[in-house]
Amino acid sequence: MTGGVFHFRPDDRYHAFITCCEEAAYGGGHLSGIPVAVKDNISTKGIMTTCASAILWGYVPPYNAYVVDRLKSEGAAIVGKTNMDEFGMGTTTENSAFGPTLNPIDTGRVPGGSSGGSAAAVAAGMVRMALGTDTGGSIRCPAAFCGIVGLKPTYGRVSRYGLIAYANSLEQIGPMAANVSDVNLLMSIITGHDPRDSTSYDQPYHHVPDPDIHGLRVGVPEEFFGKGVDPRVASVVWDAISRMENQGAEIISCRMPSMSAALAAYYVTCTSEASSNLARFDGVRYGPGADPKKQWHEAFQERRREGFGKEVRRRILLGTFALSSGYYGKYYAKAQTARQEVRDDFRRLFREVDVLAGPTMPTIAFKLGEKTDPLSMYLSDVLTVPANLAGVPAISVPCGTSEGMPVGLQIMGRWFEDERVVDAAFAFEQGGAS
Amino acid sequence: MIEEKDVEHIAELADIGMERSELAEFTAQFNEILDYFGVLDQAWTEASSEVEEYNIFRDDEPAGSLSQEDVLANAKETEDGFFRAPRVM
Repeated sequence: MTGGVFHFRPDDRYHAFITCCEEAAYGGGHLSGIPVAVKDNISTKGIMTTCASAILWGYVPPYNAYVVDRLKSEGAAIVGKTNMDEFGMGTTTENSAFGPTLNPIDTGRVPGGSSGGSAAAVAAGMVRMALGTDTGGSIRCPAAFCGIVGLKPTYGRVSRYGLIAYANSLEQIGPMAANVSDVNLLMSIITGHDPRDSTSYDQPYHHVPDPDIHGLRVGVPEEFFGKGVDPRVASVVWDAISRMENQGAEIISCRMPSMSAALAAYYVTCTSEASSNLARFDGVRYGPGADPKKQWHEAFQERRREGFGKEVRRRILLGTFALSSGYYGKYYAKAQTARQEVRDDFRRLFREVDVLAGPTMPTIAFKLGEKTDPLSMYLSDVLTVPANLAGVPAISVPCGTSEGMPVGLQIMGRWFEDERVVDAAFAFEQGGAS
Repeated sequence: MIEEKDVEHIAELADIGMERSELAEFTAQFNEILDYFGVLDQAWTEASSEVEEYNIFRDDEPAGSLSQEDVLANAKETEDGFFRAPRVM
């Protein structure tokens, strides 16, 4: 069979989707007939794409993102657009204009974010695989919280063409699935050179995961088990790391001093980039419209106040401030120095070890409504942002439970060694996960 | 320490729109977050390694683009094939 229509009328009790495509056409190829969900910040021609924001309600892209063209050309059935934190800004999927997604493992808890809808759709068995995007952990966090696998590829490995930008220098589209093999399969489909993304690197991904990790040098930075990391989560992850040792890996303690400023560097950088990227949402070219009878600034301010949620407005304000005259040197310039220190730390460590391992998230999934204070929400990204600041690949693979909730093991690798990171996760999944 | 009038000014710069009733909350959160950003001051006293950045240019080759119809399809207000925007003056 080379093509057909996939009928998708799910019981979306976890509110994983913003848009469902009831009749999803598919063709032939490596993903023929496989239902795939796509995060709602990735452009899909003819299918509404909102970034979970009221300001984009009704926007129907006139073109496909590179990754969507790739999915379609390999026969995937794109069955819907998944819920997320508005424009990717959040760690819980509660910042969606259309209401939160629930964690399928415990509906009183969040699925993580910002790709929470994609993670929940996979965890609930509604789709076999999904695309997410990861700016500071937005694939890995929900993968960890929902007990699935998620990969943030090396920066440049997957084209960002058609991804509605939030923080260009940090974000990557990546695969999410219930197991490493499906993540590997989806990764092989979405990579490739795309001249329409000037940061796209011509290094295709064709890989058969290898579960042999004998002699793999696994660095464990002590900062990944530092302040703020729940000791119960830390203990589950240490157990996982010792299982990797039993499988033949060499475990090496190390330090990553740049971690102390990494989170601040991340938030200064992403809010600065967001303040510029989100300037385009003025209601004129897409979205709800801006009253042409009003004055320019008045009309835009009105539209943006109504159309953006509080977290989006907060980040635009922070970024505008960080880039403003008199503060640029104090915030943005220093953040770039701190970012360079993170890169330097990775470069140094990757001379001594092959991969780095630690928890994906410092805690298990939060209860719905638990995180109300923005700063405490930001702090939960502390273990995922270093990979984005440096651009290295990082995967989250389920490694046990704490209080009945999944815990993710994070494995980070050298630039453009996504394959090695996948292998390490595969080995763990095959031999050490139980 | 950032004051309410500073937040109001930034909101104006960003065209973000700000209700009076929101100012206190935004200002308090702003200060809490900026206080945390202070870690950038303490952490790196010694000079960081510099990486030289350079541009790689592509050839300027004409290529296809979206049709005017496609581009205007999502706009609420259009006129004679153009977007209609609020008054500038």
